[in-house]
Amino acid sequence: MHPVTTVHYLALSAALLLIGTVGVLTRRNIVVVLMSIELILNAVNLNLVAFSHALGNINGQVFAIFVITDAVAEAAVGLGILIALFRNKETVRADEIDLLKW
Amino acid sequence: MDTILFYAFAALVLVGAVLTITCKNAVHSAIALICSLLGVAGLYLLQQAEFLFAVQIILYVGGIMLLFLFVIMLVNLDREDKERQFSRSWMVALTAVVVVGAELGYFLYRGRGAFHIAEGGGPVAAAVGNTEMIADSLFSEYLLPFEIASLLLLVAVVGAVVMAKKRI
Repeated sequence: MHPVTTVHYLALSAALLLIGTVGVLTRRNIVVVLMSIELILNAVNLNLVAFSHALGNINGQVFAIFVITDAVAEAAVGLGILIALFRNKETVRADEIDLLKW
Repeated sequence: MDTILFYAFAALVLVGAVLTITCKNAVHSAIALICSLLGVAGLYLLQQAEFLFAVQIILYVGGIMLLFLFVIMLVNLDREDKERQFSRSWMVALTAVVVVGAELGYFLYRGRGAFHIAEGGGPVAAAVGNTEMIADSLFSEYLLPFEIASLLLLVAVVGAVVMAKKRI
C-alpha cells in the first residue's frame, strides 16, 4: 500500500465538501441543510490540518480553531432563526418559506 | 498501520456524510453526522493534532450535535418522514457538483507532484506538546483574532436568545 500523503487528505476533504454542497443544495429540511454546512466546515478544517501537518507549521491548526468557533456561532444563530421561523410559519421546509418571492 | 487507519477513518467520514444527506429522518441524519465528525476527529489524531481532536469531540459531538438534536425534537413534525425529501431542482444541483468534483479531482491528480513536502511528516510534534504550541501561537501572534472570536461568540449567544425567545 502507498503511504498516506497530503493528496489523500485533500481528496478526502474535497469529497466531503462536495457531499456537503449536495446536501445544502438539494435537501428541503432546513435542519439537514445546517448539518450539511457543518460537513463543509469540517472539510475546510481537514484541509487546514493536512497542510499544517505537511509543512510542520502550527498556524493551520490555530486557523482550524477559528473555523470551529465560526461553526459554533453559525449553528447557534441558524437554529435560533429556525425556531423563530417554525413558531411563525409552522414549517421547516426550505422551499415553503417563500415570503420574499413574487 | 497509518495507512489502514486513514482508510478506515476516511470510510467512516464519507459513509457518515452520505447517510447524513440521504436519511429521511432528521434524527438519523444527526447520528450519521456524529459518525462523520468522529471520523474527522480520528484523522486529526492521525496527523498529530491532539488538541483539535479533543476540541472536535467535546465541541462538535458534545456541543453542536446536542443543540441540533434539541432543535430536531422541538421542531420536527410527524408528517416529515412521508414527504418528498429533496427539492425539485436536485438534478441541476447534482450535475453542478459533479462538474466541480471532476475539476477538483483533475487538479489534484495533475498537481499531486507538488506535494512532495508531505513525505516528512513535519516537525510539529517536537519537544513541545501540540497544545502548548497552539496556545503559544493563539495567545501571542493571534491575540487580536482570538478576542474578536470571543466577541463573535458573545454576539451569537445574544442573537440566538433574541431569535428563539417568544417575547423579550
